[in-house]
Amino acid sequence: MSYVIQAEGLQKRFGDTKALDGVDIAARRGTVLGVLGPNGAGKTTAVRVLATLLKPDAGRAEVCGYDVRKDAVRVRAMIGLTGQYASVDEELTGSENLRMIARLLDFGRAEARSRAVELLERFRLTDAGGRAVKTYSGGMRRRLDLAASLINRPEVIFLDEPTTGLDPRARNEVWETVREVVADGATVLLTTQYLEEADALADRIAVFDHGRVIAEGTSDDLKAQIGRQTLAVRAADAARAGQLAAIVGELAGERPEVQEPTGLVTVPVSDAAMLSALVRRLDDAGIEAAELALRMPSLDEVFLTLTGHLAEETRSENLVAEGSLA
Amino acid sequence: MTTTMTKPAVAGVRREPPGRISPQRTMRHGLTLAWRNVAQLRHSPEKLLDTTLMPIVFLLLFLYVFGGAVAGSTHSYLQQLLPGLVAQMAMFATMGLGTALNEDIHRGVFDRFRSLPIARSAPLIGSVLGDTVRFIIVMVVLVGFGSILGFRFHTDPLSVLGAFALAYVFYLAVCWVSVLVGLVAPSPETVQGLAFLWVMPLTFGSSILMPNTSTMPGWLEAWAKVNPVSHLAEAVRALTVGGPVGNHVWYTLAWAAGIVLVTFPLAMRMYSRRA
Repeated sequence: MSYVIQAEGLQKRFGDTKALDGVDIAARRGTVLGVLGPNGAGKTTAVRVLATLLKPDAGRAEVCGYDVRKDAVRVRAMIGLTGQYASVDEELTGSENLRMIARLLDFGRAEARSRAVELLERFRLTDAGGRAVKTYSGGMRRRLDLAASLINRPEVIFLDEPTTGLDPRARNEVWETVREVVADGATVLLTTQYLEEADALADRIAVFDHGRVIAEGTSDDLKAQIGRQTLAVRAADAARAGQLAAIVGELAGERPEVQEPTGLVTVPVSDAAMLSALVRRLDDAGIEAAELALRMPSLDEVFLTLTGHLAEETRSENLVAEGSLA
Repeated sequence: MTTTMTKPAVAGVRREPPGRISPQRTMRHGLTLAWRNVAQLRHSPEKLLDTTLMPIVFLLLFLYVFGGAVAGSTHSYLQQLLPGLVAQMAMFATMGLGTALNEDIHRGVFDRFRSLPIARSAPLIGSVLGDTVRFIIVMVVLVGFGSILGFRFHTDPLSVLGAFALAYVFYLAVCWVSVLVGLVAPSPETVQGLAFLWVMPLTFGSSILMPNTSTMPGWLEAWAKVNPVSHLAEAVRALTVGGPVGNHVWYTLAWAAGIVLVTFPLAMRMYSRRA
């Protein structure tokens, strides 16, 4: 198994702020690595270091086997980057933007033109291709930006908050594109503040907070790491909710919550084995379960447990800092 | 949607990309980026409004304000003033460059360029070359409007061509000062403010408005004598309306070389640091 993105001990400081404080991340070929964290956590800085826009103060990083510091030009030939703020030229048309970047990637004039036509079609921008980008909607602009980062058919694609500020429909389109490029063999590093997005797209997730990776693994790993699954059980006869709650409480060793008027009994559990014990006890007591489930915690809960704060609460205050410094 | 996607090369199959970028490729990338500037102007020609009107306004203003007092008549002053304005316009035409560059940085356009396998200098070279359009327009309008007012070349076409070539070389050199300011300044507005601070003393503390600097106070005359803008103005005067060229061409070229030698490496350093 080969890692196409590999970073060890990355450090970057801006004045007094430690934007990266010893970051280790790795992504295997053909997978999506989700970098999840609130604004100011260091996600953008990490992307900028890996995309050779920023030199780390310490640590080592390789992309496709090339060192981002010593072999920056080679790294750049392998990657595509879509920034947090769409970095296409607003004054030019969509088609001109794509052709210009293709020419900078040493495509011939005719090649550049046909690649632009191909990508505009793929991103449903054919009709808008001849219009200046400043007339585009946010979603169209983001699609063009994505198209621009795919011109070279890069091995590794960095998407820095690709769906921030997009409406749900435009977001779904971006998700669809990410799935397509991964299906075609590319490796994607995606930063996001949305837990839902990481859950939906990423094979593995690295949770960032204050310039450090505070947890890493699959979405299920992270949920299991918290170890707090929730048992939810409801009796077919709502009148027996009290009796049910007593049995559940006894088995879990913790006082369950009973929701009114549904009679749904929930309790956090750490040992999934209690499920079979519960089924036996319910049989003995003659209680028929209308609903019986062990629920994984949501990523929101995971984040709260890992960091002690919610993922999106620091959004506005750090927006300026990260945008301008990084 | 999936049908149009071509599979990216599998690792090992893709040829190893070159680790360095040859000067020829950098020049080609620079020209592509210069094309970008031209395409921008084609889409919003109103951006050229100031460039187009500037020579007309200055020509009218200086000619009729100073003409009678300086040379006795506006007609004879025009012959001295217009070559001076060639030098002034070569300076003024560089001012927009820093602002545009600063905007590119803020909009994230330069980040995209920096993530591409092109030389770090290519976007800067592209900006400077792309701004040549501005230089050409300014000079064409200046000479065109000047001829309407009665300006005539008194030398051979080759000398005239030489005069504008010299102005262009000097303009390219000064562009790098503008680039440097654009890279250092925190915002596009600051770039404009700073531009006036360095462009004005350099431009007007010179012999562009009158060849005779002897009535200036000593310190100003000393400055006007070494000022490259004076040398450029004198060289252009001699090459377009006649008179001894002297060493003005060489002084101008030496200044241009000196400016580039200092500002280009500094600009490249600021550009890398701005990362």
